Amino acid sequence: MEKAPLLEMRNIKKDFNGNQVLSDINITLREGEVIGLCGENGAGKSTLMKILFGADVIRETGGYGGDILINNEKVSFQSPFDAIAAGIGMVHQEFSLIPGFKATENILLNRESKKKSILSDLFSDRLDTLDRNEMNRIAQEAIQQMGVNIDKDMVINDMPVGHKQFTEIARELSKKQLKILILDEPTAVLTEKEAEALLDSIRGMSKRGIAVIFITHRLGEILSVCDRVVTMRDGYVVNETPASETSIPEITSWMVGRDVADTGSSYVTEDIGKDKRTILSIKKLWVDMPGETVRNVNLDVREGEILGIGGLAGQGKLGIPKGIMGLCNAGGEINFDGQDIPLNDPRKCLDASFAFVAEDRRNVGLLLDESLEWNVSFPAMQVQDKYLKKYFGGLIKWRDDEAIKKVTAKYIDELKVKCTSTKQKARELSGGNQQKICLAKAFALNPKLLFVSEPTRGIDVGAKALVLDALKKLNKEQGVTIVMVSSELEELRQTCDRIAIVSGGKVSGILPAGEKLEKFGELMLMNC
Amino acid sequence: MNEQKLTLKDLIKSKAQEFGLPRLIITGFLLLLLVLSPIVGADLPTQISNIINRFSWNGILVLAMVPMIHSGCGLNFGLPLGIISGLLGATLSIEFGFEGPVSFIMAALLATPFALVLGSVYGWLLNKIKGGEMMIATYVGFSSVSMMCMMWLLLPYHSPNMVWGMAGKGLRTTISLEGYYTQALASFLQINIGNLTIPTGALLFFALLAFGMWAFLHTKTGTAMTAVGSNPDFARSAGINVDKIRMISVVMSTWLAAIGILVYEQGFGFVQLYMAPFYMALPAVSAILIGGATVNKASIMNVVIGTILFQGIVTMTPTVMNNMIHLDMSEVIRIIVSNGMILYALTRKTEGTR
Repeated sequence: MEKAPLLEMRNIKKDFNGNQVLSDINITLREGEVIGLCGENGAGKSTLMKILFGADVIRETGGYGGDILINNEKVSFQSPFDAIAAGIGMVHQEFSLIPGFKATENILLNRESKKKSILSDLFSDRLDTLDRNEMNRIAQEAIQQMGVNIDKDMVINDMPVGHKQFTEIARELSKKQLKILILDEPTAVLTEKEAEALLDSIRGMSKRGIAVIFITHRLGEILSVCDRVVTMRDGYVVNETPASETSIPEITSWMVGRDVADTGSSYVTEDIGKDKRTILSIKKLWVDMPGETVRNVNLDVREGEILGIGGLAGQGKLGIPKGIMGLCNAGGEINFDGQDIPLNDPRKCLDASFAFVAEDRRNVGLLLDESLEWNVSFPAMQVQDKYLKKYFGGLIKWRDDEAIKKVTAKYIDELKVKCTSTKQKARELSGGNQQKICLAKAFALNPKLLFVSEPTRGIDVGAKALVLDALKKLNKEQGVTIVMVSSELEELRQTCDRIAIVSGGKVSGILPAGEKLEKFGELMLMNC
Repeated sequence: MNEQKLTLKDLIKSKAQEFGLPRLIITGFLLLLLVLSPIVGADLPTQISNIINRFSWNGILVLAMVPMIHSGCGLNFGLPLGIISGLLGATLSIEFGFEGPVSFIMAALLATPFALVLGSVYGWLLNKIKGGEMMIATYVGFSSVSMMCMMWLLLPYHSPNMVWGMAGKGLRTTISLEGYYTQALASFLQINIGNLTIPTGALLFFALLAFGMWAFLHTKTGTAMTAVGSNPDFARSAGINVDKIRMISVVMSTWLAAIGILVYEQGFGFVQLYMAPFYMALPAVSAILIGGATVNKASIMNVVIGTILFQGIVTMTPTVMNNMIHLDMSEVIRIIVSNGMILYALTRKTEGTR
């Protein structure tokens, strides 16, 4: 009989407020095994790792279903400390290092080797002094194990990003009880050479019996270092294969493909709008949006179409509308209907009949503490002087509360917003209904061109369909050109005419919405 | 039966919650003082006229808080800056030899350009330090007062009614308004019933400015101001020039403070210079907070209720306490109330995240 696996996850389930994000996840991990975990953003990888690591957020949102077994023993971590004690280490996507400390100090933080002194004998062990020599030795050992040379005396501030990543890994390696190491996109910030070194060190760890869960978007790395590849999609494990028996295109299609053999929903399969006029042309656009930098985007939008913009998180797709609308610092040339639109001035865009529904509902999209009436009418009132009564030849522009109430009621009715009255505060609505209010706000502007970012993020299925239908209806009935940014490829394919994929801050290609999934997958990973 | 009782109880509870516990306590305290005053031998009508009078003096200074609260600049601890503009207007009006009620109008007119210029500079500064407005505002207030302490001595004023008698130059700390605009507003349509005096003109003037403020908040620009205070990112995405709106609010607040101090002086009968403006901001801040305003929401009702409650406590406590225990406690209690309310409001700031 085989030896019991080191880690076994059985039927893991998790939902956030009724929103199922993980269903029936079964993963086993043996000693010294390296598994690659891949999937689109939102597939549930991070949530799964958080469950394994006992993160607070899981417990606060109602725990999870299913069992986790380590060495055939059921465990239930109450906090990351329990997980660390059980031999699980995690290297996060964001650095959790103290910038002003040296590498050694960071590696051994809170686990320093200590020397007794008279003071600590007299009072408590909190007054022990640090045994710097011993600490240096342990840190050096961990660094050597990794197989990459970083200066243990260098302050984190002064390090290149790659070395920071290695410091984190060294910190995990220096823990003696370490059995399982989770690496969450460790190579995203590394140069090719550094990434190669990291892969080597993963192989080294595996030889010493440490099991590694490796999450990355760079599929080539998974193939070169992993024993097995686990692909997740929409909260399910859709595939599990030995790495030697698969290829990048195959993994890509598992990642993005619902059922590649089509569900019968209608896609726009051909590029039908070639003869249509270009209404918006974007040239050499750069946008300085933290985490979503746009480097060089050239894109033409045709009149009356729905253009989708897709791509992985952090590749810059969200920055495009933000930059055009003047909400983030940007440069380049924007031409709308033969007219140059200056950047970095939201008012000019609104005057040119653009409207924008931001992905960041709560911070940019809504006045949370004001009534729905205000939320719906405010931009139209300010930009187009709607819902105002004018006295003394326009000298006094008095707010017309009646008209505001009427238009709000109209949109509440049209978009089926669940609320108690038009006077309700936006804060009190659910996410889906808040999103509908954001749409109503944009609709009230009667835009010629509408940007929508992540219109369905964090809302339930019913509201999702309604929001997408409302967009389609606006496009069809009023001929509004829509640019829709979303990380959900399937949603884009069902809604849009064409989809542009953004990768590495550039448009890597534009395809008709019905194009094969593998093609989209290739484009997504092109410049990462 | 039982159910109905419960709903009634709930109703009272929710009303009380809306009104706020601190306000409830302060109102209760004020009522207690009003009840006590005849018992300890103070004349009630005099007390009530006192409260009304002080309301008419201070109302506009409290009203000056409203625009900056609406635009998200927080409480205007920099009120002394506006007050200094008002003082410049007042002293210049006297220096130029205007007399009687005309001197009030001239003071207001002369104060206006100072308020606009100083307010713009102040607004520019506040736009540079978004998020730390109240801290900076406090120091703007402090430093402007200190600056003017020197200027009052150095500026070439000559009117014998204002300068130091011996030196013949430099302004006195307190200047009497006798013959100028003392009671200029209050005496207009004044009502006298026994010991009860109502300064109708001053109340009407406050009502006029309060109505103006209310109306402004219902206009397009006023709506934009509220939205900027509620969520600046939202306002920006709706094409609002956030800095400009904030600037407008700061200038409005500074101008109202300038007018406010003139109204205060016409009631009080004296112009107070040097360190006096220093002590004007905190009572106004605590009055509007007692009135139920938070650091980013305020209404005209908050101003009215707050000024009555605050000034009520300030005028009633000394009389009642002194008559009761024959010991002057008034200042202590005033300090506890005003600083306590400021502290309370600031601790609530994080709750109402923007």
